[in-house]
Amino acid sequence: MTIASLTRATLIKDLRLEWRSKDALNSMLFFALLVVVIFSFSFDPTAEESRQIAGGLIWVAFLFAAVVALNQTWARELRNQVLDAYRVSPAPANALFLAKAFGNFIFVTVLEALMTPLFIVFYNLRALGPVYQLPIVAVLGTWALVVNGTFFAALSIRTRSRETMLPLLLFPIAIPALLAMVEATGAILTGELSAKFWIVLLAAYNVVFTIASLILFESVLHAE
Amino acid sequence: MKRAFPILAVLTAALLSFALYEALVVAPTDQLQGDVYRIIYYHVPSAWTMFIFFLVNFVASVVYLIRRNLKADAVAVAAAEVGIVFCTVVLVTGPLWARPVWGIWWTWDVRLTSTLVLWLIYVSYLILRRFSSGGQMPVLAAALAVFGALDMPLVYFSIWFFRTQHPQPVVGGGGSTDPRMLHIWLINWAAFLCFGLLVFWSRYRLEVLRREVEEIQAMESLREA
Amino acid sequence: MTYLYAAYAATWIIHIAYLATLLSRYTRLRNEIRELKTVREG
Repeated sequence: MTIASLTRATLIKDLRLEWRSKDALNSMLFFALLVVVIFSFSFDPTAEESRQIAGGLIWVAFLFAAVVALNQTWARELRNQVLDAYRVSPAPANALFLAKAFGNFIFVTVLEALMTPLFIVFYNLRALGPVYQLPIVAVLGTWALVVNGTFFAALSIRTRSRETMLPLLLFPIAIPALLAMVEATGAILTGELSAKFWIVLLAAYNVVFTIASLILFESVLHAE
Repeated sequence: MKRAFPILAVLTAALLSFALYEALVVAPTDQLQGDVYRIIYYHVPSAWTMFIFFLVNFVASVVYLIRRNLKADAVAVAAAEVGIVFCTVVLVTGPLWARPVWGIWWTWDVRLTSTLVLWLIYVSYLILRRFSSGGQMPVLAAALAVFGALDMPLVYFSIWFFRTQHPQPVVGGGGSTDPRMLHIWLINWAAFLCFGLLVFWSRYRLEVLRREVEEIQAMESLREA
Repeated sequence: MTYLYAAYAATWIIHIAYLATLLSRYTRLRNEIRELKTVREG
């Protein structure tokens, strides 16, 4: 089997399992809703202020929702000793990683798609800049969080206190990507500055860390 | 190296004292900032030394990933710890300089903020090492170190661009560049580098010893079982 | 300027604190080695 077909097969299996149990999805959805509501209580800005701070609020909310999703990335595999089977099989480790990353990407994107209208409503948001750039920022930003998140989740499962370890490892390394996402969103909403540099930075970040994850995942899977 | 250590330690202490004297007494007083600016004679050399040790950690981590040589892993952890110590010094002396000169403790200045992120990344590295067990820990740690190193240029650029869009005072910039200052910078750097190397070497030896003890303890418990 | 002295003092406090942790780790190791030796001989 090629990497592509193996990735697709694993991804479809994961999605099907998730859809059947809907456990993780439901809890994540509710968590996402809670985050939006609580943030909305904490800040009550004017329309002008909203546009400036919305970028930060939205991405921090997405980040927390993403961490909840990422933490259960490998949970099923651990429960059923799938990782040991993977280690022994000749299947390329990258297929497993990509499948997990894509699966997480889909989950987090679904969460974002559900949280965004709520944010728009609660903060009366209206973009003054080029709106078409927002989905680009969303896709690039989400992949940035998810690719490193999936990799660090794989590191974390081998530690004590694994749920805490994931954000602890992810947040520092994600800082440039977070800054880019927040600034880009702010720039697009306020229409005052250009988001182009941030979009390029996000793209560069994604390229660097996707390659790094693909190169190093095999070693992490086979560690010990 | 072991026998040379005490002599080197004494020499380093002498060099550090000389460097301190140069920084406090010989260096000319800055017209704009007065005497406070002398903090940079500690702040900047510490930053340069920090970078060197983090670079050593990166190289050692890559060597470990390629060769699985445990000595490389010992070098990596020693370099990371010493790097963090110098990093902490940079983060503490920076605001102590910024406050009297610019009136604020912290600005999201490129270098200081990048240093903060570096500190966060390496502390998370040490925590990962502490919380993971046994044979797999070096691989995980080395992977994180590589990610951290790859991240740094991106961190720097993102903050740099953020700053150009939202400008604020720069810590560590400006001020006259008297040629005598460079000379004193270099002396302090040499002194701190020697000091750092001695500390690093001590930490490395400690790590090697710790592993030996661990191995023996493991064998003992096997024998009892 | 007190900031200057504070900065220099802080620098050395940080370095000495780290050296202190190294020292305590080292003495702990030495004790473990001594224990292992007595176990071996005993």
